[in-house]
Amino acid sequence: MAVQTTSREQFVSFASPTTEEVSEKQHRVEIDDSVTSPVVLYFLTGIWWLVFGSLAGLLAALKFNLPDWLGGTPFLTFGRIRPVHLNAVMYGWASLAGAGMIVWLTSRLCRTKIEETWALYVSAILWNIGVAFGLVSLFFGYNQGMEWLEFPKPAGGLIALGFLFFAYSIARTFRQRKVEHLYVSLWYILASLIWFPLLYVVANLGIYHGVTEAAMNWWFGHNALAVWFTPIGLAGAYYFIPKVIGRPIYSYYLGLLGFWAFALFYNWNGIHHLVGGPLPTWLVTVSIVASVMMFVPVMAVAVNHHLTTIGHFKMLKYSPTLRFVVFGSMSYTAVSFQGSIESLRSFSEVAHFTHYTIGHAHLGVYGFLSMILFGAIYYIMPRIAKWEWPYPKLIKLHFWMSAIGIALYFVALSLGGWIQGTMMNDPSLPFIASVNATKPYLWARSVGGTMMLIGHLAFAYQFLLIIYRSGPTRYVPAWFDLRQTTVEEKTI
Amino acid sequence: MVRSTADYRGGEDDMMFIRSFIFFLGVLATLLLGWAGLVGIPNFMISEVQAPKGLERYTYEQSFGRSIYIREGCLYCHSQQVRPVGFGADQERFWGRPSVPADYVYDKPHLLGTMRTGPDLFNIGARQSSEDWHLLHLYNPRIVSPGSVMPPFPWLFEEKISAAPDDKVIMLPDSIAPKGKVVVATREGRALTAYLIGMNHTYPVSQVRAQNDTTKKK
Repeated sequence: MAVQTTSREQFVSFASPTTEEVSEKQHRVEIDDSVTSPVVLYFLTGIWWLVFGSLAGLLAALKFNLPDWLGGTPFLTFGRIRPVHLNAVMYGWASLAGAGMIVWLTSRLCRTKIEETWALYVSAILWNIGVAFGLVSLFFGYNQGMEWLEFPKPAGGLIALGFLFFAYSIARTFRQRKVEHLYVSLWYILASLIWFPLLYVVANLGIYHGVTEAAMNWWFGHNALAVWFTPIGLAGAYYFIPKVIGRPIYSYYLGLLGFWAFALFYNWNGIHHLVGGPLPTWLVTVSIVASVMMFVPVMAVAVNHHLTTIGHFKMLKYSPTLRFVVFGSMSYTAVSFQGSIESLRSFSEVAHFTHYTIGHAHLGVYGFLSMILFGAIYYIMPRIAKWEWPYPKLIKLHFWMSAIGIALYFVALSLGGWIQGTMMNDPSLPFIASVNATKPYLWARSVGGTMMLIGHLAFAYQFLLIIYRSGPTRYVPAWFDLRQTTVEEKTI
Repeated sequence: MVRSTADYRGGEDDMMFIRSFIFFLGVLATLLLGWAGLVGIPNFMISEVQAPKGLERYTYEQSFGRSIYIREGCLYCHSQQVRPVGFGADQERFWGRPSVPADYVYDKPHLLGTMRTGPDLFNIGARQSSEDWHLLHLYNPRIVSPGSVMPPFPWLFEEKISAAPDDKVIMLPDSIAPKGKVVVATREGRALTAYLIGMNHTYPVSQVRAQNDTTKKK
């Protein structure tokens, strides 16, 4: 094995390749080339919204610690920064980075070049205009007044239109597929292409009022996670874990069970956000039952991924992608189990209405989804930019900042939120006691948030380097601890 | 696979079509069933609910105040729903009777909320009906509520050399009052206060809701 080869493709194959392998590789490079520009566009704009959104998030967090700081500026008041944060990271970062990952995954899994590239450019542009327009509106206070549906209708419409162009290109690519077998990741992707537009249309029918509008609101809010964000994360986990390890997914049938149980139960969960509220009791009960049933798909996914990885945990030491994706998968299991338990009435009585829920939400969207997206981007970019990540140390910094940041964030808010809920439910204490008790935990949360932001800056900086092909030239993948890796390479 | 008549492979392709059909049907059905069960059917059931006798429509000013409430994102920290006996301490804190669907018939968009960084506001007008208190609290919450983490809203006020006859002047403590000027509430500040004072859902309703949200007895 020659270490001093000139391309990564050669480095990875240790035996001299057969003609078939060469043409296979050539084909893969052609496929990757076909998606380069749209995927980079999605990732680049996504990462911009990530940095912007985490700044907004940190500002919102600090507002709890220093309520009078910047208190005279209407644009920066908590009630406007908070929806800016949520919408920037969900509809900006997670959606755009997710769309980029889906484009790459679809063409790889269908073994064909991407179709209708123009539609992807149109989609990315419309989507970004929609997000930017929506965020500016929120800064000026034009808020629809419903969580997850804050963007004014025109901004939401632009994003929906962008989604349709995106779905069109993916569907056309799927039609041209050169494979007989559809991999699990593709099921989630295809399903989300149908679910998400349908969800958006149904939520905007405008036939709801009073408490049913609240039911619709939380059916939509929870389903945005169920039918778009979680499928992105699971598609990524299902692809990258076996891919990096180099062995097939443990069980196809477990994947099938997981998928249909997911489809069946997840979209009945939303009303658990209104436990204790003025809705018919049976409605909330149905949602709690469905939330508990989520144990089935979550166990199926967790077992499948664990049994795929087992015996190869050593690779977490070397592969940045695997490290991020496995962290994400473990968070998925943890956050889903937590969610099922959280929906129970006796638990909700304390945890609902408190910071506990905020911690749970971040474990899901950050610990699970964002970590998988980071891993995906670390895997995809060298293949489409034809340039290795210049600084593995920065990847390491990013990983630890994100991992410790979210851990601190989650632990602080879970503890603080629980204490807040307990005090709130104790009528012998004045309400303000529940506010005062959370203060140290909210400081810890801000520290966690700062760490995540530092990680994102390292990530964004290195992303710029890779698209400009700057930094030291590498002939080998940017694995961690490369010196030790040379021995292990043969098994990879 | 590119499909054309020439490529048609008989039963194998038919099976592929059937499998795809089941997939798409299944995916559509799961979401639409969820919608029907959680939103569609309840919407149909609750659409018959009539406004209780004691519930008044929002005045123009209150409506405008409600839009300020949404603009400044009050809903992210304050809920507008009262929990029943045995579920939380709303009843022991005298935050009003448990709210029922009929209380919300005039609310668009709904502002039920999911967070209580601050207290529930569904009956704030009944608990605190002083306009002066609310204005001071909005100008800077820590004047009347030490330890609060609520943001100040100084842009709902303006400083003037002297107040006009119909201006609402707020009485600030000397330590933070501007020198030689008076602070008066803007139209927006007064509207928001009018909305808050109007938040009073203590009238009786025929539909009672108690103990329905908990399995445990206190």
